[in-house]
Amino acid sequence: MSRPLTAELFPQWHADGVDEILARCRELVEDPDFPTVKRWRERGGRVVGHFQVYFPEEIAHAAGLLPFKVRGAPLEPAQADSHFGSYLCSILKSSLELALSKRVELDLFVTHPICDAARNLAGVWGRNCGYPCRILYLPQNPNSAFAVDYLRDEYQRLTRVVEEVAGAPVTAEALRGSIGVFNANRALLRRLYALRRAEPWRVSVDEAYVLVALAGMLPREEHNALLSAVLPLLERRAVHRRDKVRVILEGGFCEQPPLDLLRAIGRSCDVVDDDLLVGLRWLVADVPVGDDPWRALAHAYVEGSAHSPVQHDLRKPKERMLVERLERCGAEAAILLAAKMCEPGLEELVVHTRTLDGRGVPYFVSEFEENMTSFDGLEIQLETFVENLLFV
Amino acid sequence: MTATASGIVGRGGEAAGQLFRSWFDGLTAAAEEKRGAAYVFVMGSVTELLRCFDFPIVFPEINSLQTAVRHVAHEYLNEAENYGYSPDICGYVKADVAVQLRRGAHPMGRIPKPALAVCTNACNTYIKWGEIWERMHGMPMFTLDIPGSRGAGVTSAPGSEDFERERAYVAGQLGELITLCERVSGRAFDIDRLREHLGHANTMQAAWRELIDCNRSRPAVFNALSDGTIYLGVANGFRGTAEGAAFFRDLLEELCYKAANGIGTVTKEQWRLAFVGVPCYPIFRRFAELFTHWGGVFVNSTYLWFASGGSHVDFQYDLERPLESLAAGVLRTVRAAMDSMFFQAPSLAEMIDPFGIDGVVFHPIKSCRTVSTGLADTRRALMALRDIPSLFIESDLMDRRVVSEAQLKNRADAFFEGLAARRAQPALAR
Repeated sequence: MSRPLTAELFPQWHADGVDEILARCRELVEDPDFPTVKRWRERGGRVVGHFQVYFPEEIAHAAGLLPFKVRGAPLEPAQADSHFGSYLCSILKSSLELALSKRVELDLFVTHPICDAARNLAGVWGRNCGYPCRILYLPQNPNSAFAVDYLRDEYQRLTRVVEEVAGAPVTAEALRGSIGVFNANRALLRRLYALRRAEPWRVSVDEAYVLVALAGMLPREEHNALLSAVLPLLERRAVHRRDKVRVILEGGFCEQPPLDLLRAIGRSCDVVDDDLLVGLRWLVADVPVGDDPWRALAHAYVEGSAHSPVQHDLRKPKERMLVERLERCGAEAAILLAAKMCEPGLEELVVHTRTLDGRGVPYFVSEFEENMTSFDGLEIQLETFVENLLFV
Repeated sequence: MTATASGIVGRGGEAAGQLFRSWFDGLTAAAEEKRGAAYVFVMGSVTELLRCFDFPIVFPEINSLQTAVRHVAHEYLNEAENYGYSPDICGYVKADVAVQLRRGAHPMGRIPKPALAVCTNACNTYIKWGEIWERMHGMPMFTLDIPGSRGAGVTSAPGSEDFERERAYVAGQLGELITLCERVSGRAFDIDRLREHLGHANTMQAAWRELIDCNRSRPAVFNALSDGTIYLGVANGFRGTAEGAAFFRDLLEELCYKAANGIGTVTKEQWRLAFVGVPCYPIFRRFAELFTHWGGVFVNSTYLWFASGGSHVDFQYDLERPLESLAAGVLRTVRAAMDSMFFQAPSLAEMIDPFGIDGVVFHPIKSCRTVSTGLADTRRALMALRDIPSLFIESDLMDRRVVSEAQLKNRADAFFEGLAARRAQPALAR
């Protein structure tokens, strides 16, 4: 299947001035109708929806499909609510709502059992949507010497499903090409995060988030073009440097905090690193394009990946990863978020707070929900936290 | 239940009680001797293998539910919440955190510290739970990763290439686990001991399937909710042991006797029900009475499937190829346990006729999102497959703060009134 990309899906980003570009990007990220996905389909393209956290998008890309990151949306789950019980996080409901309301139409849905709630998604989704719904079992024992072989086979199995949806085979050559496109994207995202660490006043946490989130709803070539144009503008952006507290933000690996919450944080702090949409940045280095690109992707997942509360890896104890992130970024404090009813996130809070207590690192804790709309109280608490750091 | 002259009826419950006491006495002795235990979970415990290294076996899920059944769970939950754990996470985890903080003090004895933990991916909380022990005790945790079905009905068939690849992955990990066990225990792996434990597990697994089938008889010979939970305790705690095998041989004899003699588990069986979810342990007896009061008996449950680690599937270890067969067995049973939580609607529909089921009770709980997240949708799917009345009630398995007994009773009463009206309809129509 040839890629239906004949023109940009999001030409609106071309504008005068980086502020205007960012405003338009933000508008797209916040649109719960996901217009770029609709445009892709109108042009005859097919879409693979993949739930948080990580998905090997290169495989879908190599088949000419649009990988779309299913990460919920700020909307009421009017139809989805009756498909779930109580005591659940919001992202599950809003994600299913996107499908049931046909705001987003998919040709394949893939989920990974990242948590006890999400592992039910393939069953629920499959019972209510007509297209294939699959679980991708990424290895949960990445320390096994057998994990890479297993995952390589698993990626080949996924490829067979993707081929059926695309109606065309995925060749090794095509996959190598896709890995190249995504390597370029990974390099651009690393550059964006390097800028935040070095000169955080040039790009706030909410602005950076918007730029990353677009990767989940645009063809990656288009996202590369956008980032390639925007990054130089940000790097020489004429903004007044203000001394704010340098912080890291943890807790955005699955359900996403509302942009206004991030904006409120950005007003008080320079967020120099975070785990927001970490799945889009999961592979931390370029993937070498060798003879067996499936194995290359599998090897990168096991040996060259980020960390999150939903992956257990003996080489990445959560306490150490937190401290390393703090030190690597020269952060003075941490903002620890957890989505309401998010079991892994809430469990991680215990680890993080006790670790930071032990090291005397200040932190700010808050729960959030993707569709919360009032941030006044939280902003006041945050300002108080920052003032305590600066003046006490 | 009073024992008959034959001495058969009622002995299963008594024997289970004795076994449980002996198990916890053994754990208390191990704790006093400072012997490290193997901490495992009901889905994929691999105790057949771990027993080869003489580890005392600890099932933290069972320890936690015991605190609820004994009405002290709230003390443990409060202690864990004071430590920092949210009210919105699994109550089993929190009760165990408090057990660890209390240096193993438990209503049934003392729980030894872990020497290692084996956590499968059948429940993600298993893995997060293991991380807590890693931090508290600095012992090794082994994640046994078992690929499940990739979608509804998308399951690799034994003998297929995909199945063999999955089995090889599980077998590889089991080899790594053996190396770890040898290092931790200081004992060499003995394949003949494994063969012996697999043999006992075969007896227990075959009996488990037959036991469930016994309840096709009218009246039902055991209540899948109350009696079934007791049987599950033995099935897990004594998996792969001679005592466990003997218990299930005897139990099966008892249940067959009851079936042959028309002896039911309730005095007057009125309604045959299926249970989907996890019991409400803080009011365990009264929860069962919400149904038995109306002559309702649970003849089957998904709990008997997944909480037995998938022992309801037709699988026997090949004792000539113990390690290969262990890998295949773990893959098939744990996968079946997962399927009975995520893709159970067709199995529920198929169960209705052979078990003569009048209604299905769905009981999602706050603590366990693995089991509960999909139940509302499963109920819708079952309704689409079969015209069967159902009840949907929510509470918890540990936390009495989210158990509203009056509300549960109102809902159960209304359900039975609905069942009675439905049964009366054909007569009224005539």
